[in-house]
Amino acid sequence: MKNPLIQLILAHVKEYLREPGSVFWSFGFPVLMALGLGVAFSGKKELVHSVALVPSYAENDTLVSRIFFAGPSPGDTTIEKRFETSYGNIRYLFHVASWDSAQILVKRGIVSSILTEGENNITFHSDPLNPESELIGIQLSAYFKNGEINTFQGKLEPLDTKGLRYIDFLVPGLLSMGIMMSVMWGICYALIEKRSKKLLRRMVATPMKKSHFLIAQWISRLLVTFLETLILLVFAVLFFKLTIQGNFLALIVLLIAGNFCFFGLSILISARTANMQLGNGLISIITTPMLVLSGIFFSYQNFPGWAISVIKLLPLTKLVDEARGIINEGAGFLQAYDGILVLSGLGFMFFLLGLRIYKWY
Amino acid sequence: MDIFPVIEVNNVFKSFKDVHAVQGISLKIQPGEFVAVLGPNGAGKTTLVEMIEGIQKPDKGEILIKGKRWKRSNHAALNRIIGISLQETWFIEKLTVKETLGLFASFYKLDGNRVEEIIKLVQLEEKEKAYVKNLSGGQKQRLALGISLINYPEVLLLDEPTTGLDPTARREIWKILQKLKTEKNTSLVLTTHYMEEAEYLCDEIIIIDHGKILARGTFNELLNQCGSNEIIEVSFENEPAFDIGKLPGIKKIRSNNGTFNIEVEKITRTLPELMENSAKYKALIKTLQCRKVTLDDLFISMTGRHLNE
Repeated sequence: MKNPLIQLILAHVKEYLREPGSVFWSFGFPVLMALGLGVAFSGKKELVHSVALVPSYAENDTLVSRIFFAGPSPGDTTIEKRFETSYGNIRYLFHVASWDSAQILVKRGIVSSILTEGENNITFHSDPLNPESELIGIQLSAYFKNGEINTFQGKLEPLDTKGLRYIDFLVPGLLSMGIMMSVMWGICYALIEKRSKKLLRRMVATPMKKSHFLIAQWISRLLVTFLETLILLVFAVLFFKLTIQGNFLALIVLLIAGNFCFFGLSILISARTANMQLGNGLISIITTPMLVLSGIFFSYQNFPGWAISVIKLLPLTKLVDEARGIINEGAGFLQAYDGILVLSGLGFMFFLLGLRIYKWY
Repeated sequence: MDIFPVIEVNNVFKSFKDVHAVQGISLKIQPGEFVAVLGPNGAGKTTLVEMIEGIQKPDKGEILIKGKRWKRSNHAALNRIIGISLQETWFIEKLTVKETLGLFASFYKLDGNRVEEIIKLVQLEEKEKAYVKNLSGGQKQRLALGISLINYPEVLLLDEPTTGLDPTARREIWKILQKLKTEKNTSLVLTTHYMEEAEYLCDEIIIIDHGKILARGTFNELLNQCGSNEIIEVSFENEPAFDIGKLPGIKKIRSNNGTFNIEVEKITRTLPELMENSAKYKALIKTLQCRKVTLDDLFISMTGRHLNE
């Protein structure tokens, strides 16, 4: 005799793992995303700033070349000429171009700013709404004051201490996003499909306990997201040398609470949804704003103040913020307990609400 | 001694928006009895069966299974004694036949032996390790039937178990149900729009249409309601220049799109006269069919429509 709850959990897990597509989306995709974004934003040892340079006279004898090199390199007639200089840890890449070509370079996103060289001065053209462009402007105008070399007094040090890198910001975001997407899509899809194809109605016509069925859904999903999270964490630790600075147990409890919150939400969404077309719409309406607003990839601090206070109410924001606190700021249960309580409480509320209106037939 | 009925349906009504699906149906099913609910699509068969299954709630009337009503406190007990197969149930596609049966067996606290027995009973031995997804229509229906039988049900409710299956696959299901009938401990309610199925499997046939019972009885009783046992169906290339109604032994004639449906006392008496007259008056016979009367004829005589329309 086999335990029905265990049989249900096994059935759900098998159903999921035997679908190669879903396995890729759960396990492969987050790792690839971490790899792609991690390398794009923090894999470089040096930051490269590209600037267009419109010289006033001979290509080989620009002011900049005189500044950075002992002597000009004669015979170099190509239109684009690169000057590289080490400025602390930042490299400047100068694309020598005419004014018109320089504008095209800006339009194409190859450079963000243009330097035009006059008789004895340099004009810096930057976009005040583009932080990178403005930063380059400030740095370079300090460097070439009135066409003269202004000795740089300070020292530039890259921020590559663990916990401060972009990848450290990104991984908790990816973990949380993975949990939300996996739980919501996985559970809603499984439940709505079973309802629309009448399996749910067939199953409740047996002595199966409804609570067993729903608990099995959650536990099987928890097992799957546990694996997903583990794979992503191990990858981030090995490849990007991520360290979990806070309490690991608190992180696990937090992620379980997040899992439960989205499980409750899934039960609520799928409580009466008759088909997957409607389900797709509902899930997207709920997950997309959180994906955009909750600061998965970039901080939500750039939003206006009133928006931030709304964003902070979103379950995904709560999960990401607390996860970042534990992974990067060394938080433990003492700091994360309110997040854990809020997420579990929300999950419980959604779950009870969903159960009240749940349609088994 | 009166036998206590297994299923008792008393004057049950059910409507959905504008559709009156079931309008005052009553029936009793005795232990071991096989009953067919026969009717065209939309007759209210599924609604009736789903009310017996406890899936739908009647608007009016009462349904008792072994004397018990469908109320929350009875659900578990009733679910334990009934076995159902819904119209087109889908099972988890990436589970094997054996795993699916194992899952359902666990709900009844039954072990692997019962799963093996069922696999043998529904003849899915060769497919026990196949994913449900890869089963044919007939195999899927046999799996659904196997699941409905897993708990040794006292009441088996099958909603169109062979719809959409080819004749061979249909016969395989019939064989399994026949075998069950010989064991005599299961009552069966089966909905179908195949009259052969009702005739082959069931002791009693209930013909329903528009949510009402039109006729009930054994196959022979129903046929006797037609009053006639034999039918000649004939059509001509040209208009026959003789009065078919004047032929001997004719009880009733219906004409539909140029085909004459002639109920006769004896084919052997009427047919020779028909042929003779056709030759004499140069009526060219296009089609000719002689057969025993069927439930479809009964249904047509009552509703003017075919059963499988």
